[in-house]
Amino acid sequence: MIRVALPFHLRNLARVDGEVQLEVTEPITVRAVLDALEARHPVLRGTIRDHGTLKRRPFVRFFACKEDLSLEPSETPLPEAVVSGVEPFLIVGAMAGG
Amino acid sequence: MSSIRVLVGTKKGAFILTADGRRKDWKISGPHFAGWEIYHLKGSAVDPDRIYASQSSGWFGQVIQRSDDGGKTWNTPDGAAVPTPADFGKPASNRFAYEGEAGTHKWYDGTQHPWEFKRVWHIEPSLTDPDTAFAGVEDAAIFKTTNGGKTWKELPGLRKAKGNLWQPGAGGMAVHTILLDPKNAKRIFVAISAAGAFRTDDGGKTWKPINRGLKSKYELPDPDAEVGHCVHRIALHPSRADVLFMQKHWDVLRTDNAGEQWTEVSGNLPSDFGFPIDVHAHEPETVFVVPITSDSLHYPPEGKLRVYRSKTGGNEWEALTKGLPQKDCYVNVLRDAMAVDSLDPCGIYFGTTGGQVYASADGGDSWNPIVRDLPGVLSVEVQTLP
Repeated sequence: MIRVALPFHLRNLARVDGEVQLEVTEPITVRAVLDALEARHPVLRGTIRDHGTLKRRPFVRFFACKEDLSLEPSETPLPEAVVSGVEPFLIVGAMAGG
Repeated sequence: MSSIRVLVGTKKGAFILTADGRRKDWKISGPHFAGWEIYHLKGSAVDPDRIYASQSSGWFGQVIQRSDDGGKTWNTPDGAAVPTPADFGKPASNRFAYEGEAGTHKWYDGTQHPWEFKRVWHIEPSLTDPDTAFAGVEDAAIFKTTNGGKTWKELPGLRKAKGNLWQPGAGGMAVHTILLDPKNAKRIFVAISAAGAFRTDDGGKTWKPINRGLKSKYELPDPDAEVGHCVHRIALHPSRADVLFMQKHWDVLRTDNAGEQWTEVSGNLPSDFGFPIDVHAHEPETVFVVPITSDSLHYPPEGKLRVYRSKTGGNEWEALTKGLPQKDCYVNVLRDAMAVDSLDPCGIYFGTTGGQVYASADGGDSWNPIVRDLPGVLSVEVQTLP
């Protein structure tokens, strides 16, 4: 079971409390997790990545196990600690503005 | 007795203000979509409980919300569908994809820049079908839904009206005003900063610039320029859609022939810079504006918040001050933040960047704040309910 932590505004939009837990088919990559997340919560389509290109929105970042995965290819396998559910996959609204 | 519902979009959520026809005691609901920018909400003329809302965020992009119960509950119009990876790239309620090759428009430095969707500024529901609505977006284009907002399709003819010459102003480049002609379903007017006003007479297939008579000598030295004018807002009275009033960057103007020729009617205004303009519900020659000091000073002249009313279709203006702050007031009133109800006497409403929403229940003679401390107000719409 993959644990996904959403930022405040996306939790509200998806109407979830706390983390989202997802069954994800292997190989477990950033893209596979986002596919599963959007299938569970269609309202999140377009809010994390572009509808057409699937490119990450500029002010959204991905973290896992204290590593910034935002710039990694979307097919990069996620760390074992995320795959085993020990650590969450974090979707974060980047700090921006004043 | 009739009742009033005021739909307020702010920088941090939406608020719904309701009162009975006396318009004295108001109830406030919200924030809806707390923390998100709500550029605009508007209800359907044929089904007032159907309300469309544009919800957006610099982080998370565009979301369209719809209520079918007068704003009590909200859902994204396509929220029930469960997408699969095969659905990626297909239409969705928050997907605004330009038709064909997106092309380029003029950038601030004069070079060409690709069209990029940023947000929905304005949603204009059809006057006859609750499932049909138009969306004015940044970068400037108009989209249409015919399925209640589940999917949106661009009317690309608008950008063919010299779109390569359109240029963003300081606030971006957006279709911010959409006016539907109540007597001619094929005729639509739009206004774009900083491109000008445009009209279609064939339901949106083709569009023409309607900017003759506009003068913008500092921003646009060419006196014959067909596009490039910074139109802030246009308004009409439903009984005579050939007469339009315009608040331009500078200048207040009118046309009596559906935009073929404009004439300045700024008259005795203390400043003819401003953003909103609206028309009295029962007096087609009565017009309201809120003068702002200048393009550099976005607050009222002398720190006095004054609505100006012309009962002569322009040129002769009177200051309306009763109940409005007449000293130390430095708020702005944005282009989509003024609306009128259809009761008699007509009610006028406007919201400020300081978070106040003011209402007049007597045609503008006197004003009261409905609410004082909302986030900065981006838009105000009014529904007169039976």
